[in-house]
Amino acid sequence: MIEANSQEHTVFAPWNEADKEPFVRIENVTKKFGNFVAIDNISLNIFEREFYALLGPSGCGKTTLLRMLAGFEIPTSGRIIIDGEDMSKVPPHKRPVNMMFQSYALFPHMTVEQNIAFGLKQDHLPKAEIADQVERMINLVKLNAFAKRKPEQLSGGQRQRVALARSLAKNPKMLLLDEPLGALDKKLREETQFELMNIQEKLGITFVIVTHDQEEAMTVSSRIAVMDSGTVAQVAPPAEIYEFPNSRKVADFIGDVNIFEGRVADVQADSAQILINASDVPVRTGRSVEAALGETVWVAVRPEKMIVSLNPPKNMTENVLKGEVWDIGYLGKLSVYHVRLQDKRMVTVAMTNRYRETEHTITWEDSVYVSWAPNASVVLMS
Amino acid sequence: MGAERLCRVDELSGVAMTSPDPMKKKHKGLPLVSGGLVSMICECPPYRWAASRCYRWGLQGRSLTVMVPYLWLVLLFLAPFLIVVKISFSEIRIAIPPYAPLFEMIDGLYVQLNLHMANYQRLFHDDLYMHAYLSSLRIAVVSTVLTLLVGYPIAYGMARAPKSWRLPLLMLVILPFWTSFLIRVYAWIGILKTEGFLNMFLLWTGVIDEPLVILHTNIAVYIGIVYSYLPFMILPLYSSLEKMDHSLLEAAADLGCPPHKAFWKVTFPLSRPGIIAGCFLVFIPAVGEFVIPDLLGGSSTLMIGKTLWSEFFNNRDWPLASAAAVILLLLLVVPIVWFQRFQSNRSQLGE
Amino acid sequence: MIKSWSWFNKVSLIVGFAFLYVPIILLVIYSFNESRLVTVWAGFSTKWYGQLFQNEGIMNAAMVTLKVAFLSSTLATIFGTMAGFSMVRFGRFRGRTLFNGMIYAPLVMPEVITGLSLLLMFVAISLDRGLWTITLAHTTFAMCYVAVVIQARLNAFDRSIEEAAMDLGCPPLKTFFVITLPIILPGVLSGWLLSFTLSLDDLVIASFTTGPGATTLPMKIYSMVRFGVTPEINAVSTILIGIIATGVLLASVLHKRRESQRKNDELLASAIP
Repeated sequence: MIEANSQEHTVFAPWNEADKEPFVRIENVTKKFGNFVAIDNISLNIFEREFYALLGPSGCGKTTLLRMLAGFEIPTSGRIIIDGEDMSKVPPHKRPVNMMFQSYALFPHMTVEQNIAFGLKQDHLPKAEIADQVERMINLVKLNAFAKRKPEQLSGGQRQRVALARSLAKNPKMLLLDEPLGALDKKLREETQFELMNIQEKLGITFVIVTHDQEEAMTVSSRIAVMDSGTVAQVAPPAEIYEFPNSRKVADFIGDVNIFEGRVADVQADSAQILINASDVPVRTGRSVEAALGETVWVAVRPEKMIVSLNPPKNMTENVLKGEVWDIGYLGKLSVYHVRLQDKRMVTVAMTNRYRETEHTITWEDSVYVSWAPNASVVLMS
Repeated sequence: MGAERLCRVDELSGVAMTSPDPMKKKHKGLPLVSGGLVSMICECPPYRWAASRCYRWGLQGRSLTVMVPYLWLVLLFLAPFLIVVKISFSEIRIAIPPYAPLFEMIDGLYVQLNLHMANYQRLFHDDLYMHAYLSSLRIAVVSTVLTLLVGYPIAYGMARAPKSWRLPLLMLVILPFWTSFLIRVYAWIGILKTEGFLNMFLLWTGVIDEPLVILHTNIAVYIGIVYSYLPFMILPLYSSLEKMDHSLLEAAADLGCPPHKAFWKVTFPLSRPGIIAGCFLVFIPAVGEFVIPDLLGGSSTLMIGKTLWSEFFNNRDWPLASAAAVILLLLLVVPIVWFQRFQSNRSQLGE
Repeated sequence: MIKSWSWFNKVSLIVGFAFLYVPIILLVIYSFNESRLVTVWAGFSTKWYGQLFQNEGIMNAAMVTLKVAFLSSTLATIFGTMAGFSMVRFGRFRGRTLFNGMIYAPLVMPEVITGLSLLLMFVAISLDRGLWTITLAHTTFAMCYVAVVIQARLNAFDRSIEEAAMDLGCPPLKTFFVITLPIILPGVLSGWLLSFTLSLDDLVIASFTTGPGATTLPMKIYSMVRFGVTPEINAVSTILIGIIATGVLLASVLHKRRESQRKNDELLASAIP
């Protein structure tokens, strides 16, 4: 994430600064429910002011990890340190973090302002101070007209705002968000994503968000931890996760991808050649690989980085596959082609529709060539 | 700490602050809706002290919540039941209490176990008790079937009634359930007796020439059970019928199934969980029923609940009554366990 | 969806509700009968009600019943709420199976057995029987009903609401009182009402567990009924029916105002053990 106001356009990347102390340290945390291992020896660092996303399919342990940060689950082994303090023995109501629940968990018997005031009252602040802060929070989430309403009299989007205001009212050091936008419809979700980012930037609070929606994670977060069955597969900023996934699992989970199995045939300083099983034509990659000759690797190419053409691309001896158009999906701005290769495998290619439909030349059962530039592909070792 | 943190939010959010005065007025009514009293208690030092203590004890506060009802039930439900089992193996004695101890010290030297099976033997060999058990089961089965036959049309009618009618109708079914059981049974005495309302009505309409003898027969017992337990049958039936998607019947009609057939092919099978739950809720208490056979039944009406009562109060044979209770319970275990498994299977399927 | 109900449904409802209500209505009407002969109408009179209040035996029994019902329903509500809460919120704990068994068993246990077993225990520990032993007995079985009602209520309740309170700095016990209790309050109240009427109704268990001097109203009515149908019993019954009907209707009207939507499930939950 780039700090917009900064003069020198310095990149916000505390994880690259060697001397920076992380705000949250999750050290070798394991959580078991009976025999089921929900979290398997995870270690993560989260830095101050980060917008950190835990992304993964349902059941991958992301919510469990978040609940451990809030204190609702206690690690079976390992430690969680928040702001230099070991949280192992600290109950939820004494932690400097607040949580926004997936169901919003608004108190149904209290009005909007009572909900927002609840956390402040627990600190036994003076009444006037509570009132001021409630007013500020109500302004922040623009709910002034609804302060006296009960949760059941609000729409889904309004409830979501109340939940956000309530969890921010105590000005926590860190806000945990459990699928905060899951219940909203698509349009509202997209709007709210940007609003969340604005609020996070304004308040300078560390946000940790749990989501299964990869677009949401990519939009809002500074870094994403991709989780899979209790382990962390990769932690990186969104662009890196998308462009340089470290495994087939991550590549497959984030966006669409074509993956070809093959063996390393040649390794150079700035490139490598891989013989893939799907074609006689070798694949050339734009980066070197750290693998021995003959080792099995996987080449991943995103559909939008590929081109379909009726004629063989000129001057290309590598990165070209021959096939037959099996299916075309017209999506308006894009057309998605499913191309069947000679060995009956399917390749998905997405191309921008730069011309009108009338000039559309590629059609069903055409023999076509699928090609891509060397730097469009990534080699995955696992 | 609070104030400093609050200020930070204000600076960063850049939201214009309003003057605090109108806010104060607004917030006068802010105490929790759950009642000022509760929050007052929660704010007061002794409570906070106790609460912090509870937390310091960690799980102990939690286990206290379990332990109180747990101990209560062990002492007043489990222990008494074990005592029944114990006494059922004792011998009757003319004494206070009227049974022999199970363990007896002989000469202060050794303990003798007086395990006495005679009570059970008597239960199985004396025709009276076997008949009482069998007749309890028979009466319970017959009246459960009758209750189903009476209750199903009512539940069906309720479930098909216009939406605004359903809740009042449900209320009307539940209301008798709250009124005294004894009174509802008593009401039938006035109706069923020889010079009662039913006979008066039938004689007046000329359907019969001589009054029917219904009171103090098994028929009166059936009527009493059906009447008393009807709400137990209607409620589960109604809830399973009401949940049913009406479009299922439309789909059946669309596929060429006439309405009466659709009832037997679609509605009835889908209400099976309700039927089973309703029958269970009627059958189980009916087997051990005492008041109905006692007030409405005659001398020939044998039901184990009544037999047990008279064995206990009239003959003062506590060991035999205990043995009868143990057998009655064993009799009920089979349907209860079966029903439990049915319910848990259903909830697993539901998930 | 369903525009009209068929004549079959209407007839079955009319006949069904007549069956449910005619006996009670007859009973109430004939409590105002001038004649001692219960089935012969001889003009309107409230004299049986007057005689009722002169009858010391009935008035004493009524007092005993009310005391027992108040005490036992209050205790049962407290213990039952604790039990229901433990069952839903504490997951697995040692002895959980036994605990569940002890909650559900009294619901299906024939009253004669419950009464017999409690009496035998009171005798075994030579406890003086009377009002207090009836109260103990009623508390025991009523708390199981309350536990089931509370359990249903808590299961329908989003647990993260409690977690949110704790997350905002509210300690667990306080969370129970300011968050959980207000939300499950309708369940707690209907549990109390249920316990109260169960205690008010009970004949069998009270007969077993009572001692000299403590006669409850159902026991009194029962002994009167054995001598035949009398207008006094009709009058007592009418009063009892009146009290309970008013209480239940009032409760349900209040309830309906609070949440008309959830009412349906709540009534079902409170009536089906």
